Amino acid sequence: MSDMTLRQWLLTDEPTSRRHARLASFYKGWLTLRSNSMAMVGLAILVALILTAIFAPIIAPHDPFVQDLSSRLLPIGAEEHLLGTDSLGRDILSRLIYGARITLYIVALVALIAPVAGLLVGTVAGYAGGWVDVILMRITDIFLAFPRLVLALAFVAALGAGIENAVLAISLTAWPPYARMARAETLTIRSTDYINAIRLQGAGPLRIITRHIWPLCISSLIVRVTLDMAGIILAAAGLGFLGLGAQPPSPEWGAMISEGRRFILDHWWVATVPGLAIFTVSLAFNLLGDGLRDALDPKDGGQ
Amino acid sequence: MTALVINDLNVWFGLVHDRVAAVKGACFSVEQGESFGLVGESGSGKSTILRALTGLVPQWSGTIEVEGEALSGAKRDRRFFRTVQMVFQDPYASLHPRHTVDQVLSETLHLHGLNNIDKRVTELLNDVGLGQRFRFRYPHQLSGGQRQRVAIARALAGEPDILLLDEPTSALDVSVQAEVLNLLTDLRTLRRLTFLMVSHDLPVIGHMCERLAVMRNGEIVEVMSSETLRLGNPSHEYSKQLLSASVAPNQ
Amino acid sequence: MNLLDIEDLWVRFPTRQGVFDAVRGVSFSLGRERLGIVGESGSGKSMTGRAILRLIRKPGIVEANYINLEGRDLLRLTEREMREVRGQQISMVMQDPKFSLNPVVTVGEQLMEAYLQHNSSPKARAQKMATEMLENVSIRDPERVMRAYPHEVSGGMGQRIMIAMMLIPNPKILIADEPTSALDVSVQRQVLNIMDGLVKERGMGLIFISHDLNLVSEFCDRVLIMYAGRIVEVCKADKLHQARHPYTQGLLNSLPRLDEKCTHLSVLTRDPSWSEAPSVRG
Repeated sequence: MSDMTLRQWLLTDEPTSRRHARLASFYKGWLTLRSNSMAMVGLAILVALILTAIFAPIIAPHDPFVQDLSSRLLPIGAEEHLLGTDSLGRDILSRLIYGARITLYIVALVALIAPVAGLLVGTVAGYAGGWVDVILMRITDIFLAFPRLVLALAFVAALGAGIENAVLAISLTAWPPYARMARAETLTIRSTDYINAIRLQGAGPLRIITRHIWPLCISSLIVRVTLDMAGIILAAAGLGFLGLGAQPPSPEWGAMISEGRRFILDHWWVATVPGLAIFTVSLAFNLLGDGLRDALDPKDGGQ
Repeated sequence: MTALVINDLNVWFGLVHDRVAAVKGACFSVEQGESFGLVGESGSGKSTILRALTGLVPQWSGTIEVEGEALSGAKRDRRFFRTVQMVFQDPYASLHPRHTVDQVLSETLHLHGLNNIDKRVTELLNDVGLGQRFRFRYPHQLSGGQRQRVAIARALAGEPDILLLDEPTSALDVSVQAEVLNLLTDLRTLRRLTFLMVSHDLPVIGHMCERLAVMRNGEIVEVMSSETLRLGNPSHEYSKQLLSASVAPNQ
Repeated sequence: MNLLDIEDLWVRFPTRQGVFDAVRGVSFSLGRERLGIVGESGSGKSMTGRAILRLIRKPGIVEANYINLEGRDLLRLTEREMREVRGQQISMVMQDPKFSLNPVVTVGEQLMEAYLQHNSSPKARAQKMATEMLENVSIRDPERVMRAYPHEVSGGMGQRIMIAMMLIPNPKILIADEPTSALDVSVQRQVLNIMDGLVKERGMGLIFISHDLNLVSEFCDRVLIMYAGRIVEVCKADKLHQARHPYTQGLLNSLPRLDEKCTHLSVLTRDPSWSEAPSVRG
């Protein structure tokens, strides 16, 4: 099959099988996303980040943990140390590259826990209504009432410092907005005729929630998660900065800024370079999120 | 046997204090195989009767009997859904935007506990005049008339005896309306269906139904045969008004 | 002189499958008359109305040799000049009043704002004008309606308010896009009668876009029948029932009738040559 016919096959309005229909609608979403150049920039940065994390040992010029006190606090562009070295003489570029792994690890875990919890709570509350709704939503409100970082701090303080606990703490503080959003969407979806129609076929609440409401909530949830990623990275970095997230000598970006803080006036790059990395990745997630919003709109007819 | 008996039906929305009566003391019955119409303007409570019948509106009093069995509350059992099905007004809102035609029909057949799903989907699509080309399309790849055909196929999947039609063609163009109404007429003869049809359009009800009830502000003002309507002599003042507004002067 | 002359109007939308032509080379003129445009959904009738006011959003493209409003080509105007034209010279009434009125501002304030936008006069005078306009559209207690919010009035009342608002600047042309489709039958004629009276009284041109052939034949002088982006037939409104084009006949025949009983309605069989035939000048 040549490229041209494959494209036509994917863009057809008359799919011939379930798989074909799904692929075709996926392809149309991809085309919408691709036409948004800013989103593609975001996607490119994130793909680069993922590749960096995977191939860190090959790319990194130095071992991120090896200290060399004779060449400490070298400036940017120094020989053998492209982005300079930190206070213990460790290569900042290598630490950034290995730090990508930690950042991705945190992001992936939070993205798995928080939205799923929010989706469950929100759709159940929205569809069931009544006292179930009241109880679930008041719990959500309690979580929402705390400042995010303070609540995360309290959790980490209780559970002990470390990346896993930081992830858990961030997830626990991140799910309530998703629950709210999922509930709001469920309330609109619940009263539509297609839900009434499936109820008239005798479908139970479990089937309606999982098969009919979730697919419609998930797309806006994905968009929201991507947009929130920046905040999650920053929260993780914030915990790292406060010494409650990743522990030294782990090259977590927030912890790197924290270490560089002491030299920020004389040796600005030690704190600035990881700061720029956080900024770039956060921006990439935001750009991609904006693009996904258009591509995942269920009302979009692919026209 | 009488397919549907509705006696002194009251439906209301809201709680005790700000209770709004949507249907007040409606009485009518529909014989097996008959086609009965409910006509009225928006807010007259005609669709609410269908919703109370199917349990989509929980607050009602009076009696509703389906094939001799009285209903209560908003809970309906599996057997009810195999007897009574409904086609909704807006074909753009009654199909799940992320489900293909195939998914919609297969799931419905599965819920009714039927086997041979693949073959039945094929048959249903042929019955409503769509054919296999449409099987794997999403709703946004269908026109309004095609969507309404899918909705009719879904309603017929469980092989019901009674079909409730809530303004099934008011969102469609007149030429498409003619096609869908013809399809419904054919399916009614073929499957010996009983119709309870709601519409604001007097000519459509006159064409499709043998008897009809005119509703206004939640009350049935008159029940008549469509013959009476055609001859232009309804007895109630409001029915006369409605009739004169529906007939173009040069028709 | 004609109020409006349109020559070879095209409305195009680029899609992934290629360019979709919603309106394909339509030409017509409007005098001080009531012109009906009928057709099914997707026939391009609404797009024609919007294209005149240049309300087609990007990526849609409007092309025409000219759209002359009393000799002035609307396509050559800047967006700023166009804003003057919209409302001052050409007004538009949309299908659903619910979406055309601002829900958080009272009806009275919206009417007065519409008046003050085009006239610099004291508020008291604007108030008087607004009340008068409401009386013109047969609203019985205008004082109460002035204080009401849009959700507190019925659909028919809302549409009458919209008509009142659109007529305040005294435009030369009123474009009504399915103005009564969201209303009950008994209210429909009432609203149309009011609109009709005002248009006649002021000597305005009316473009009445609708899918309802009977309404159009009742309330217009001349009717354009559109199919697939082209005009297939032009006829006198009172002679619509003797229309010759098979499409028009098919549409008329597919309506259920109260005066005769039949088991099946006649169905329109579409001939591909209809969309290929050149657009008729109207």
